[in-house]
Amino acid sequence: MALEEIIGPVMVGPSSSHTAGAVRLGNLARLCWGRPVTEVDLYLRGSFAATFWGHGTDRALLAGLLGLRPDDESLRESFRLASERGLRFRLHAERADGAHPNSVRFVFRGEDGRTLEVIGASMGGGAVELQSVDGFQLRATGAFPTLVTFHRDEPGVIAAVSALLAEGGLNIASMNVHRQGRGAKAAMVLELDGAPDGALLARLEACHPGLERLLVLPGPEGEV
Amino acid sequence: MRSFEAILARCREGLSLPEAVLALEEEERGIPAAEVRERMRRRLEDLEASVRGVEEHPARGRLVGGEAERMEAYLREGSPLSGPFTAQASALALKVATGNAAMRRIVAAPTAGSCGILPGVLVAYRRTFAPSEEELLAALVVAGAVGSVVAERATLAGAEGGCQAECGAAAAMAASALAVLRGGSPEDGVHAAALVLQSVLGLVCDPVAGLVEVPCVLRNGSLVGLAVLGADLALSGIRSLIPPDEVVDALGSVGRALPASLRETSRGGLAVTPTGAALARRLASEAPRLEG
Repeated sequence: MALEEIIGPVMVGPSSSHTAGAVRLGNLARLCWGRPVTEVDLYLRGSFAATFWGHGTDRALLAGLLGLRPDDESLRESFRLASERGLRFRLHAERADGAHPNSVRFVFRGEDGRTLEVIGASMGGGAVELQSVDGFQLRATGAFPTLVTFHRDEPGVIAAVSALLAEGGLNIASMNVHRQGRGAKAAMVLELDGAPDGALLARLEACHPGLERLLVLPGPEGEV
Repeated sequence: MRSFEAILARCREGLSLPEAVLALEEEERGIPAAEVRERMRRRLEDLEASVRGVEEHPARGRLVGGEAERMEAYLREGSPLSGPFTAQASALALKVATGNAAMRRIVAAPTAGSCGILPGVLVAYRRTFAPSEEELLAALVVAGAVGSVVAERATLAGAEGGCQAECGAAAAMAASALAVLRGGSPEDGVHAAALVLQSVLGLVCDPVAGLVEVPCVLRNGSLVGLAVLGADLALSGIRSLIPPDEVVDALGSVGRALPASLRETSRGGLAVTPTGAALARRLASEAPRLEG
């Protein structure tokens, strides 16, 4: 581990997995939703459901949904901030067989009736993992700038996306492709050495007819 | 950093302990030494800020609060057996660890549960002995290297290795930092850590009610004393007969041998004493209920 990971992270206490990790998870879920959160149900599982109060996990998750960072002391006040910003939330406990012990299922609802379900877990030491978006199993940590594609499983999507990334000078650090079946829904998680800019993103969105949606996680840049 | 031996090998080529660490960090991660130093300088500021924050606005947890102030009053009124430096470092460690419980901003060093020990020792040292910023920075770099060796050969997670891997590792890091600040040799710095680690082998993680408060906060306050003595023992020329890397390996195997009940699950140790269990029941009754 790098020295600054040993002496760090800088965070609001008391727990790297139950507080700092929960803030990151809230942020990842918010980025998946992709617009300001107005209404959300949070289903806490395992140890998150059992010990959320003692570790401020509830306040930390909400802080992430509001876009706060793990070292922002105002995360203690996230319930008040949420009501000031008109964010309605409900906390639940749920049992889910085989779920990670520190995981949360978020269900977002937009004013236009759109919904999105996101499942993520806090893996320990503040690291997190996105595990499912709208029922689609995938794996993204947010530790790098990350591009997630939701597309139809057909030839050419992966080549089109990676060719544009190459043109944009963006190196791919890791790449995972998931599909529900041949020719069915698919997703690709690309961890990059830099984040795509707006112009590149617009070209990526239009690069192949099989592409349905793109998601960009900016990575820990700027986070201490 | 994979081993103390690799660090000491660089020192035998003529580098100081912090220089050897920076050279290895540059080789292993490709981050120039100047950049690592700059990042660690910011960490040093954050460590000091974690102390100032609780000094300006004292914190209380759900089970702890007031211990740091009590220790400070005792220090002001008398002459503590552990001496003014150690007692002050202990009071500051208690403060920061209490701040962590109260959701204040801290530096996990190496973890949130052990976040008081390193700032306690470094800030008390600065206030008592007025070292230069550069000297403090060198000490912090070495503390980070000790944590890195423990992380790579064993673990820094209480859930994997018990409290020996959290407060124990923090005390070892602080001991090395102190040995460097006192002008010790590279061997002194590395053995200070090893002498601390061999004294915490088997230390369990048994938080009452699952909170990072009892016994975590007081362990921060008391293991500061072990860090100071670990440094003094090594500076006197005493060596760990078991090589430091092997001590870390032993910590890892002891951690794996610990039953799950003693690794952050609150199912053993102080957490299940009659009083620990009663406190857990009381807090559970105060917690808001989640819809099922």
